[in-house]
Amino acid sequence: MSKFSISRRGLIKTGAYVGAGLAMPTIFTSSANAFTNEPTGSTVTLGFNVPQSGPYADEGADELRAFQLAVEHLNGGGDGGMLNTFSSKALQGSGIMGKKVEFVSGDTQTKSDAARASARSMIEKDGAVMISGGSSSGVAVAVQALCQEAGVIFMAGLTHANDTTGKDRKANGFRHFFNSYMSGAALAPVLKNAYGADRKAYYLTADYNWGYTTEQAVRESTEAVGWETVNNVLTPLTQTDFSSYIAPVLQSDADVLVLVHYGGNMVNSLTNAVQFGLRDRMVNGKQFEIVVPLYSELMARGAGENVKGIFGSQNWDWKLENQLGSRYIGTNAFVRSFGEKYGFPPSQAAHTCYVQTLLYADAVERAGSFNPCAVVEALEGFEFDGLGNGPTLYRADDHQCFKDVVVVKGKENPESEFDLVEIVEVTPAEQVTYAPDHPQFAGGDLGTCNPGA
Amino acid sequence: MEAILLQILNGLDKGSAYALIALGLTLIFGTLGVVNFAHGALFMIGAFCAVIFSRILSLSTVTEDPTRKDFLGNPLKIETPYVESWFGPELGSVLINWSVPLSIILAIPVMILVGLAMERGLIKYFYKRPHADQILVTFGLAIVLQEIIKYFFGANPIPTPAPDVFAGSFDFGALIGLEAGQIIYPYWRLVYFAFAAAIIAAVFSFLQFTTFGMVVRAGMADRETVGLLGINIDKRFTIMFAIAAVVAGLAGVMYTPINSPNYHMGMDFLVLSFVVVVVGGMGSLPGAVLAGFLLGILESFASMAQVLSVVPGINQIIIYLVAIVILLTRPRGLMGRKGVMEE
Repeated sequence: MSKFSISRRGLIKTGAYVGAGLAMPTIFTSSANAFTNEPTGSTVTLGFNVPQSGPYADEGADELRAFQLAVEHLNGGGDGGMLNTFSSKALQGSGIMGKKVEFVSGDTQTKSDAARASARSMIEKDGAVMISGGSSSGVAVAVQALCQEAGVIFMAGLTHANDTTGKDRKANGFRHFFNSYMSGAALAPVLKNAYGADRKAYYLTADYNWGYTTEQAVRESTEAVGWETVNNVLTPLTQTDFSSYIAPVLQSDADVLVLVHYGGNMVNSLTNAVQFGLRDRMVNGKQFEIVVPLYSELMARGAGENVKGIFGSQNWDWKLENQLGSRYIGTNAFVRSFGEKYGFPPSQAAHTCYVQTLLYADAVERAGSFNPCAVVEALEGFEFDGLGNGPTLYRADDHQCFKDVVVVKGKENPESEFDLVEIVEVTPAEQVTYAPDHPQFAGGDLGTCNPGA
Repeated sequence: MEAILLQILNGLDKGSAYALIALGLTLIFGTLGVVNFAHGALFMIGAFCAVIFSRILSLSTVTEDPTRKDFLGNPLKIETPYVESWFGPELGSVLINWSVPLSIILAIPVMILVGLAMERGLIKYFYKRPHADQILVTFGLAIVLQEIIKYFFGANPIPTPAPDVFAGSFDFGALIGLEAGQIIYPYWRLVYFAFAAAIIAAVFSFLQFTTFGMVVRAGMADRETVGLLGINIDKRFTIMFAIAAVVAGLAGVMYTPINSPNYHMGMDFLVLSFVVVVVGGMGSLPGAVLAGFLLGILESFASMAQVLSVVPGINQIIIYLVAIVILLTRPRGLMGRKGVMEE
């Protein structure tokens, strides 16, 4: 009969191994499941990670409303919204794969570390099988990388920097929202028509990845139509009074100011620019103009009168179907659902988050599995319609959606507080499509999907 | 030359806000010995008094226009402000247009009440506690106040424009004989500077030329002796807290046309204003005002493209760099008094 014995040193070593194993985050340990957070009961949990504080908190609140509406529709509640117009008919309002959809939410605080901590908690503690949300590209890139490591799907919400599907792209991450390149490509011809080819632009740019890629995209697109770039000054995200940055514009020979700012920053910088009389200014016989590359109706509401006549681009607008017809079917269905539930029309941030949730659910249904690799396969190269943007492709090479881009202008005589921008033009998807290896997106590698577990 | 003049104007403007907030902070510290990290929240509450007053003036009757549709296809709702119905369209629209300066009427009683409630309801229990405790509790209070504002008003900035007559800008350069168009400056920013100067002068005059102010100054110098003379110095200090709250609140009201109010604006100013107080000298009212304008101007210069091209990011740290230099060379700040925070 053998006798089991263990030395003191052996006991300590064994204890250390067991302790380390228990202390290791559960997302990096294997289990009996085939993939991370495989749903085994009658429910499936989605994680919505949005800014509930910080400069983009209003957008986060609108995103959360949209997520809740999407969950309601997926579970068969409400009027079904865009489930009725979506070209794919895999979703029947009975949850996802027969499982009732539940959700947890977190606050990104518009900070990458807080967003990662929040997403990690949703994956580890709440068992979220998909993370969505956004409003800052810095946050999106950070959370996308975490989801890749953890083996869950990231369906990006509002993130506009090229990096998200460029140098920081990941196989487990997908972006429905348009990007900086698309804004530049759509805006440049419209700006040339409106203001001429002989223009000198001065840029004030938010000092983080979204600012850099948007400035680059708009600069390259406008230089291609003849504009000259006079200066580019980076401004901190925490800046509230931009008057010190506006003042040097008066001393330059620029006749256009491009404000690469978003949210509260854009509201303040535009207000300051108008206060300093830039819009009343004549330079070299030309009327001085201001351009805001990425527009949102929430921002327009914050900027008030100052947005009148100012050009920008949007991913979507709640008036699209009414003004431009059935190509943008789905828009009215979503606006009706959202408007009746909350009393005001949805923002583009709300739209993209709602659509991403539906697209994820649909991909699971079509794949017949929650396995992230099956979902990736179902989404790559997926062509769909009826979600408000017209025919759309989820390109396999970079997981970026390609669809029409809306060019808007601040409305001169709004009829209501929700009618602040007018649609000037919709640029067809073909004109904003680029090669996967375009220099503005270079250096990235999707890698392979990670199912985790 | 023009660029430098413009940045000086900008700096005076920014310095006005710093100086007003720092003045209130110093009043509270000098009288009650409390480091009030909720002072920025008082600035924010003042700004939201302007938002609330503007909304009160804009309260409307609603009628439906069946010929036009809202976003859901229902008849469009047309709003007619009550003040236009009561005072006629012309006077009514003027009242609405002047809502920011008029909101001072609302802001003064509100700020007095908020100040008294804050001091009597919370801060008085921390007089004898360490400064660290005071900072923690007032910082916590500031977070609570800003979350309340966010709950009711959302996180997006709310446009609160100046009266039309002050909405534009003018050629300041032409006034002083420079080439036209080189120094364009907004009217309202000059109004703000003048307003700040008036408030600062009023506070100093109040402390300098009234019996109440004299007693308060005596109490600031030697609280116990004044108390032994049978004067209720605590009551006067409580009133000074309310006055400091009013100063911060009015600074917030008048600041709203410069940058649209949002729930975070108090925090944006608080840390900088606290640095201003330390640089000026803890407890020194002239020091707070001087440092406010000085640091405002320095920050403006540091934000010039020419400066940033040489030292990127200097605008974000210039105030702290100057604070370090001043505190190394003059540990009590520019005009600090001996003994303050040195025990």
